[in-house]
Formats: sequence, structure tokens, C-alpha cells
Amino acid sequence: MIGYADVHGDLLPINNDDNFFKAVSSAHPLLRVFIQRQDEVDYSNFGTNTLSRKKKALVTLRNDNLRRRPHINISMPHDFRPVSSIIDVDILPETHRRVRLYRHGCEKPLGFYIRDGTSVRVTPHGLEKVPGIFISRMVPGGLAESTGLLAVNDEVLEVNGIEVAGKTLDQVTDMMIANSHNLIITVKPANQRNNIIRSSRMSGSSGQSTDSTASHHSLPTSHVLQNFHPDEMESDEEADIVIEGGLEPQHIPKLHNLTSSSLSRINGSSLSHRLQRDLVLNNNSGRESNGNIHKLLSSLKTDPRHSLVIPRGGIEEDGTVITL
Amino acid sequence: PSPAGEPGHVGRPGLPWEGTVEHGFPSQPSALAYDPVLRVMAIGTKAGAVKLYGAPGVELTGLHKETATVTQLHFLPGQGWLLSLLDDNTLHLWEVCQKEGCSHLEETRSFGLPGRPGCSPGITRVTVVLPMAAGAMVCLGTEGGAVYFVTLPTLTLLEDKTLFPDEILLSVPDDYRCGKALGPVESVQEHPRNGSQLLIGYSRGLVVLWEQSTRTVQHLFLGNQQLESLAWEQSGKSIVSSHSDGGYMVWAVSGTGQKTQQPTMSTIPYGPFPCKAISKILWRTCESGNPFIIFSGGMPRASYGDRHCVSVLQGQTLATLDFTSRVIDFFTVQSPSPPSPGFENPRALVVLVEEELVAIDLQTPGWPTIPAPYLAPLHSSAITCSCHVSNVPLKLWERIVSASSLPPSALHPSLQAWPIDGGKNLAQEPTQRGLLLTGHEDGTVRFWDASGVSLKPLYKLGTANIFQTDCEHNDSLNQAGEEEWPPFRKVGCFDPYSDDPRLGVQKIALCKYTAKMVVAGTAGQVLVMELSDEKSEHAVSVATVDLLQDREGFTWKGHDRLAPRNGPLHFPPGFQPSVLVQCVPPAAVTAVTLHSEWNLVAFGTSHGFGLFDYYRRNPVLARCTLHPNDSLAMEGPLSRVKSLKKSLRQSFRRIRKSRVRDRPVSPPQVQEANAQLAEQAGPPEVEMTPVQRRIEPRSADDSLSGVVRCLYFADTFLRDAAHHGPTMWAGTNSGSVFAYALEVPSQEKFSERAVEAVLGKEIQLMHRAPVVAIAVLDGRGNPLPEPYEVSRDLAKAPDMQGSHSMLISSEEQFKVFTLPKVSAKTKFKLTAHEGCRVRKVALVSLASAGSEERLENCLACLTNLGDIHIFTVPSLRPQVHYSCIRKEDISGIASCVFTKHGQGFYLISPSEFERFSLSARNVTEPLCRLEVARLQDTSCLRWAVWGVWGALLWWNPSRTRLGPRGSSSSEVCEGLVVPGACRGGWEQGECLS
Repeated sequence: MIGYADVHGDLLPINNDDNFFKAVSSAHPLLRVFIQRQDEVDYSNFGTNTLSRKKKALVTLRNDNLRRRPHINISMPHDFRPVSSIIDVDILPETHRRVRLYRHGCEKPLGFYIRDGTSVRVTPHGLEKVPGIFISRMVPGGLAESTGLLAVNDEVLEVNGIEVAGKTLDQVTDMMIANSHNLIITVKPANQRNNIIRSSRMSGSSGQSTDSTASHHSLPTSHVLQNFHPDEMESDEEADIVIEGGLEPQHIPKLHNLTSSSLSRINGSSLSHRLQRDLVLNNNSGRESNGNIHKLLSSLKTDPRHSLVIPRGGIEEDGTVITL
Repeated sequence: PSPAGEPGHVGRPGLPWEGTVEHGFPSQPSALAYDPVLRVMAIGTKAGAVKLYGAPGVELTGLHKETATVTQLHFLPGQGWLLSLLDDNTLHLWEVCQKEGCSHLEETRSFGLPGRPGCSPGITRVTVVLPMAAGAMVCLGTEGGAVYFVTLPTLTLLEDKTLFPDEILLSVPDDYRCGKALGPVESVQEHPRNGSQLLIGYSRGLVVLWEQSTRTVQHLFLGNQQLESLAWEQSGKSIVSSHSDGGYMVWAVSGTGQKTQQPTMSTIPYGPFPCKAISKILWRTCESGNPFIIFSGGMPRASYGDRHCVSVLQGQTLATLDFTSRVIDFFTVQSPSPPSPGFENPRALVVLVEEELVAIDLQTPGWPTIPAPYLAPLHSSAITCSCHVSNVPLKLWERIVSASSLPPSALHPSLQAWPIDGGKNLAQEPTQRGLLLTGHEDGTVRFWDASGVSLKPLYKLGTANIFQTDCEHNDSLNQAGEEEWPPFRKVGCFDPYSDDPRLGVQKIALCKYTAKMVVAGTAGQVLVMELSDEKSEHAVSVATVDLLQDREGFTWKGHDRLAPRNGPLHFPPGFQPSVLVQCVPPAAVTAVTLHSEWNLVAFGTSHGFGLFDYYRRNPVLARCTLHPNDSLAMEGPLSRVKSLKKSLRQSFRRIRKSRVRDRPVSPPQVQEANAQLAEQAGPPEVEMTPVQRRIEPRSADDSLSGVVRCLYFADTFLRDAAHHGPTMWAGTNSGSVFAYALEVPSQEKFSERAVEAVLGKEIQLMHRAPVVAIAVLDGRGNPLPEPYEVSRDLAKAPDMQGSHSMLISSEEQFKVFTLPKVSAKTKFKLTAHEGCRVRKVALVSLASAGSEERLENCLACLTNLGDIHIFTVPSLRPQVHYSCIRKEDISGIASCVFTKHGQGFYLISPSEFERFSLSARNVTEPLCRLEVARLQDTSCLRWAVWGVWGALLWWNPSRTRLGPRGSSSSEVCEGLVVPGACRGGWEQGECLS
């Protein structure tokens, strides 16, 4: 594991061409390089201000939090995959949050329930009660809960860009399930205390924001996510499995690169569902491995908005989730 | 460019969705009326609908704004006016208006009797409505015993004419009065010869002949039995009264100022034991002999109190017509022109019972029934499936008609023409013959002529006689013993009680070119049938197909298979079974398809699918689709087979029925309050049920994943792009598609070589939604034609040069794949956008309104929300979308069937199909005309223009009274309407209403 210290004294990793180039170009006058064995790397040391140890309020919060827990050894960024993200922060009202849940394969359940309810809206006639859809329950250990971005009693406003107003609970359920491979839901969080206050964003963390821009992430969050093969995810979903019958086995479909292990099953009499699932997963991970590093780096908490929102919200809402 | 790109090219966008016509029998009828001049009848329902029927094709429909039961309907004969009384005690006037040459039914005014101060509102509840023959007035009898008079058509109360019971009591002797009230008015009848005299009957038994002009009592009949109904003898010399003890009395009417203590005749026809009331009685004179006395009820309470009977008595001849459900009302139809005055000569008796309409021919000895050309009781046994065949060849049509013209039963229906024949059908002759097949719970398949507005029964096919059922039916009801009394005669065909639910028909497939049919049922039975013009006696060959294919760990806990009868069986002309295939385990058949050119039938259940060669009579293929975790599939339908008896089933069915047709009925006050709320800002409080839904993607081990949802035969490219050949496709509930390549020998070698099936491809849709339909499109993007369609020059040959594509419709997505490579070409994810799921889907060809040549293939789909979406094929672009069925109406959505040319049907009640059209060109709707002759010139045009304030000006009682009397001075109203003004008037009228 190779790291370097940048001008601000932050320990940053070198693991691709981009940050290597950044490291070399920003060397001033010397480039401090840290080399560690992969097993011993303490990733909590990476990030802003980690070397200079200047304790700013935000960082403290996060670091304290990490220190409280026993030290966990976590692996390299490319072994990660994104679980969720907050997107379109710049275009949404502050009271709303658009969350993208990434579901890989069929193993992990999305893990939440929705219900009918009423919400109060401001209309030209004044305040009105209108029917709405709310998150009613989280499955412990499910994907939704683990993100910390959704909580019980959050009102669901949109699913993949389609407003849920006027739709029935069953319709919304089906929309979510149909989009479950790449679910983007816009919610109005029940707990509005974790909202980003935009006016204070620049002043509160100006130092860091320039740092991170300098290091490697100048793109707004939403853009980064757009880069992130959403199309590929789509196509994963669409990848229906075709197995040729025993007529002419030499006609191997070009559509899917069936591995040899799966080919051996082709002549079998029945579809083995588990096998297919594995097959798809293998394909996915193979195709995605390149993008993964990039993706992961973006979710490394160098972006101030991330460091603000994710952990704090996660912790606080963890408390409320259990209450149901 | 594709015409599909033009908005509004298909369908009838812009219009609010509405069906074109309703077929079948109105659900929950509650009132009946007949107009002897226009020769039309009206039926009112509990939902507030009013329907007029005349000659076949003449149908007018109206719906009250209030959802209230129509309790009475009365025509003003010949004038095209109809009065309806609702159970909220309001009176409504309907008018037949002419719009663009066609008649329509419009509600013009309504009226409620004002309450009397200091009295309970109940006393002004209207019990009797009698429009006077003169046409200017209607007489209302009430619960309180008062008789009110209201002008027509303004519906204004003439307060000075009101007749209170106190006025009558003055003339009643003290000993009769005994200080008691007269009770509610039970009947008011106008003197047949003298319009100013009214016969008024009170509940306690008093009957009064009242002279309106002098306000005097002409005649008192001091009856002592509780009165139910009254009728005049046509000459006006005697009256007949019916009573609650099951008896009726004949009274002589003579002179003035008399009091009659005793009737000339009094009898309790079904006595001497206590009898139920005779609720209505009619007296009809007849030139050829004794008068007819026709009455409903009066049955001996203890032994036959539960029967629904109408008795017809002529001299010594008595027939007790035993109906299948409660009698609502009845009337007689007179011969169009009475040969001699003084006789009514009833031609037919028409009886409306809760579940059907029956007409009895009174001129033919034996009083046979006259088959009705409409109001078919679709639900005589519950409908379990339906199927539509468009463009039926004339030859097959004639063969089906001739098969049905030989009724198997001894009792022939009457040959008399349908007596209710008023109005003129203006609809064009249907351009093609459409056949609607309905499968029923009792194992019958009924064939209906669905070409035009009235759905006519063509042929009925029974499948029950092939099997040994639990209860062997004894048809002894028709040949009841000679001595039985009362002389019951079963009439009507409503019989919702299936002897064995396993007989229920689940799927039907018909080849219109070879007249081969497949009927598949609840116990896994698949019957291959052939149309034969001769009766036959032959044995049906039986084959079983094991769909489990030695899967271990499954035991079937559902019903047993149906045991076929052994030996040769007798079959009447019509569709006769040749082969019976029984699935093992005997789960209900969920999909069936037939290829008559290849002699193959494919069928699927919740366990798998099979392919059967009915020419060589051997199975070709059986495939299990069960997932190892799927345990529910083996449970079978809640095993109600043996345990539940007829009565229980009956009650379930009632519950189901009531669920289907229960519309929320709210009293007017609530509606009013709601309306006020709506006007104020803010919607009313929405009550929320604490329902929650889990957001989990489907996994493979959902229950019932193995159910075969669709089967399809196609001649296409499965193995390679160079050779096409017969293929079979099957789709399951878990999103799997199986494709088989078939080796079908040529026609000559059918008997020598067997058909072979080789698995070509298995496709697993990643979203795992149930596969609803599969279709193959040719190189030009058109669906492949049906077997024989091309060889008989009825369709263009498909393009076999270009690459074929396959359209798979799941409950969530439509996808087009290339063949033979099966790579996705286009898709539309319906659920991801709308959150709805596909329930029914069909490829329809829609003709442009401008030219019939311009055909467009579209995909029509009905969702679980009751919306219909139309997509282009194969590009899958959404075109239009209508909301069609209420989403709560699950049975309506489940019953929907599309025709090939963009029409469709769905059940709006257990007994009624609503027909709709997605096509701008192909619309079947009633267009008819009733020629009305109004006494007063008050076409609805004027009402619409004048509006509310105009009505005030219009009201002029003196004019009404002085108005011309008698039909000689009547004017035909459309003569007064200037066409241009008419149109303008209507537009304004619509704005006002």
C-alpha cells in the first residue's frame, strides 16, 4: 500500500494513475511516500488532516466515532462496492433527500416496508392533508437500514424519477420492486435535523473543500454517479438468461460469456436457479471491477458533503429505527 | 413513417372512457314497465340504472344521478316518457330524445313529495304511481293513505286535488270504520272506459271508486282482507282484488253511490292451508275463451312458501310457473291490433325475475316459453372463462346455428316471434360474425352471437355427461307426476348450482377453420372436440399425462381427477368429444392452445405442461415446471370438493356475487354534504388503513412459480436463421420461457410418423415476473397468422425471409427479442414507470377511421388498476391509455377479453358484459330510434335551453289542464326541431347540465 502526504499534510493513497499524477505534480518540494504492508494499513489514517492532526470539529466527530469501536481491518477500496448514495443534492430542496440503493445480485434484501399515510402539504388553499407513502419499517441488517439514509416515517415522494402522488401502495410497491436493481427514491426525511444547510456549507468547511478538490474530486456528486456505469447496471438487470437446448451445442450464444462451469450444465434437463444467479454475479463483478476503484474513491469521505451527511445521519437515525 | 406515430390515430382519445353497450342481463333488477304503444319495456335496477328494450338492437340506457334502487317504473304510453320512483322517495321523469336521428334516454326532471308539517316523513312515502291515460297527470298513492296529483311533464303538485283518507272516511259506514285508519294506498287503477274515475285500494281492504271531477265516492267495496293489488276487468264492469291471505276476489261494479259488502266470487286458489300473499293480479279478457287471470305468489306457506311462482289460470287450465328466482314484476303483451274491441287477447306474458327475463307464449297451447333475443342470462351458471373468435366463416356459423336448432329437450320453445318489438334498429348490419364463448362452472360452454348490439345465444355445449359425477342428475322435474298439485312447471334456465366444481371450464380454444375445439377444466381435463352435424354414439378415448415427471417429494392434496364414463356415449349434433386428456396431478388447466394443422394441443397446469397429438392420440411431451421449493402448488384448491354441499356453495356464491355488485350506496344527505365539502377548499379526510408492503425483489422460490401461464405455437426460426419450423413456447409464473422445436410430419404421413419435440431454448427473465403472453412477429413486424388462415386466403402469408422476433409480455415488462439468437431488441418496463401490473394482453389490429386498409398492429394491455394501455408493435411505444375498469373490480378485470379488431368485453356484474372499443372504426353500439308522439310539445331541446329559470316560466297549470287531449291531436316532436337549432341547443344543454 502506497500513500503520500500532500501539501496540507493529509495522507492520501496512491493506487491509480490519477492520484499518482496528482501526487507527483503537487510534490513541493519533496514527495513524502509512505509504504505499508497491505495487512497493516490503517485506513482511518487516510484522509484530511490525518497527518497534521489539526482537530477540526467535523473530523473529530468522525474520528472519535471510529476510535470508539475496536479497530477493524478493512480491505482495499477495489474490494468495496457502493451500497447507497445521496444524489442530486444541488437540485433538490433542502428538505428532501434522493437516495440511490445499489443492490448486487439477489442475495441481499432491500429490507424495508412502506405504508399508506397522510402528509400535510402547503397548497394555494393553505395547509392540506394529502395521502402519502411512508417507510414503515426497516428489516434489521437489510440494505436500507445499513445505509442509514432512510428511516422509519420518511415520506416517499418519488421512485426512479416518477412521483408517487396519486399512486396506490401496491403500485408504489411494484414500482420499487421493478426498479430494485437500481432503486432511486426521493424521500422527505422524518428527521429534518440532519439536513445540509447550504449557506453554511462553504464557510464551515472551506479549507477542506479546496483540499479535496485539489486532491482528485472536482466533480459534483451527481456527476460522479452518472459516470458510474448506471447503464451497466441496467444491462445487468436486463440480462435474461438464455440456455440453448441440446440441439446443436456448438451454437454458444454470443450474448453471454458463459463460463465453462455453466456450459457443462447446459445439457442438463432443468434450469438451476442458483447456478444462474452465481453466473450473473460472476459476470457482474468481472465487468465492474474497473469501475469499482473509481466508484469507491468517490465515496471515500473526501467530499465534505459526504462526511457531513452520511455518518451523522447514520448514527442518529440508527437510534430511531429500532423503536418500531 | 409509421402511422402509429401520429397521436390520436388509434383509439378514441380525448373522450372519457365508456363502454359502448352492455350485454346480458342487468344485475339486480328491481322494477319493470311496458309501453304497449311504443312496444318497449323498461327495466330498473338497484344501482339506479334504467334500460329500455324494444326490438333486438333497440336499447336505451340511463342512469340516475342518485345511486338508489329504482322501485317502480311507469311509461306514459306512446309519449316516450318514463316515470321512475326511487327508494329515496323521489320521482324522476325520463324522456326519449332524438339526437342526430337516434334516440337517447335523458332524465329531465325530478320531484319529491313535500312532507306534511307535524307528521312523520314516512306518511308521504309513495307506494303507488299511476300515470293517467290522458297523459297530463300522475297520481301518487302514499303510505299515509293520501292520494296526490302531480302534473306532467312539469312535475308540479296540484295541492287542491289531493285526496286525503279523511275525505273517503266520511262516506264509509261507521261499523266498517271502527276508528281505524285505512292504511297505506296499495293500488290505484284508472277506469278503463272513464278516465275521470279512479279505483283506489287501501291496505286495510277498503276499495273506493272515486270520481275526480265531482270529488265523490262512486262505489265502496268493503273488503275485510288485507289488500295487495287491484285490477280492472277490461269492460269496467268488475274488478279483481288480491289479498295477503293468498286469495283473490271478484267484485261487480255498478251504479253510483253504492256500497258492496260481499264480492261476487272469492277464492284462495292454493288453499285450504295458509298461503302467502298474492302480490299482483291481472285480468285479461280473451276472445277465444275464458279470461286469463294471472297472479304472482299465493303459494301454500308451509309446503311451497319458498317457491317463486306466477300462476296463469284460464278457465280450468292452470299452470304454476315455477321460476328460478324472486319474481319482480310481470306484464302481458296484447296483440298489436285487437281484432274486436272489448277483448285484450294477451299474446304473451313477460315475467321479470331477479336473475332472468322469461316470456310465455299465451296463444300456443301448453304455453311454451319464447326464447329472448337479448337479456341473455349469461350467469345461468357462473362464468369461469371467456374467449372471443372474430371473423367466423359463414359455414362454421351455420353449422353451429343448425346444431342448436335441435333442442335436446322434449319441450320445444315457442316459434312465436319476440313480442316486444318496438323501435327501429339503425345500426349497420355487422360486417363480420363474432363469436363469444363463455365457459361455465357447471362444465358447459355457451356460444353467443356477439356480432351486434344484442348478444344472442347460439349454442350450448355440455361436458358433464362425459364424466361420472357425484350426484347423477335426475331430470324428473319436467316429467313430474300427473297428480302433483299445484301443477308446477319449471321455467327459466338460471341454475347457479354446480354439481361438481371439478367440471368448471377453465380454458377454451377454437379453430374456426376446422371446427375443432379444446375445452379444459378444473380437474386437469382437456377435451378435444369436433363439430359434427350428425348425432353420434361413440366412446371417448382417454389418455393421462403425468406432468410431475417423477419429481419426488410432492403429494397432491387437491381433488381427484374426474372419472370418465365407460363405453360408448350418446352425443347430439354439435361439438362432440373425441379425445380426453387428463393431467396428473389433476390441477386446474391454466393454459391451453391448439394447432389444428399440426393436430397438436398443448396444455399447462400449475405443475407443468404437456403436448398431445390428437390425431395419433398419443402424448408427445410432458415437462414439469415445479421449482424444488414450491410446496404450495401441491395443495390444490382448498379442498372443498367433497366436504361442501350444495347449500354451502350457494351461500359462498351469494357472498361473491354481492361483493362484485355492491356499489357504495350513500343516502342523499351524505352526498350533499360531500358535494359541499368538495366545493370548499380541501379534500375530505381520507381514511387510511394501516397496510404495509414489503419491498423485496422476487426470489425464485415464490409459491406457485411453476404455473404455466401461456402456451403458443409458431412456425419460426428457433435453431438457426436459415431454417424455420414448428415450435412450441411455454411461459411460467416465475418468468421462465421454454421453447421446443417440433418435428411434425407432413399431412400425408400423420398416421405413420409421430410428432417429436426437442427442447430448443430456455429463457429466464431476470425480473422473474409471470409470463403472460408470447407471440412471434414476422420479418415485417406482423404477428404470425393462425393455422389455415393463409392457406384459405384469409391472411397474407407471413414474411419468412426477414428475421423474426419474439414478443414476450410479462406482468411487468414487454420485451421484443430477435430470433433465433434471443437478444433483447426493445422493451417497455410498465411496472417501473406506472407501478401497475399486466393482467390481460392481446395483439389487436386497429383500422384507421379513415380507411379500412390502413391497419396497425398494436399491443393492448389491461392492468391490475383497470387501465388499458396501447403500444405499437414491435417498437413498444406507448400510444394511448384509458382508465377503464375500477381497480377494485377484480372479477371485472379478470374477465376481460379482447377481440382481434380492438373491441373487448368484461363483466360488470356476474350477468353482464360491458363491451368497449379501442378502435375508432370498429365500434358496436346501439343506434336506434323510437318514434314518440307527445301530447305536448316539450322536446327535451327546450328544457335544455331554458334551464332552471326557464322551467319557472314554463310552468303553467292552466295550460296543462287545457292542453289537447287524446292522441288525435298529438304532434310528432321531431317535426318541431330545426336541425341546426337542435345542435346548438344540445351544446348549451350539455353546458347547463
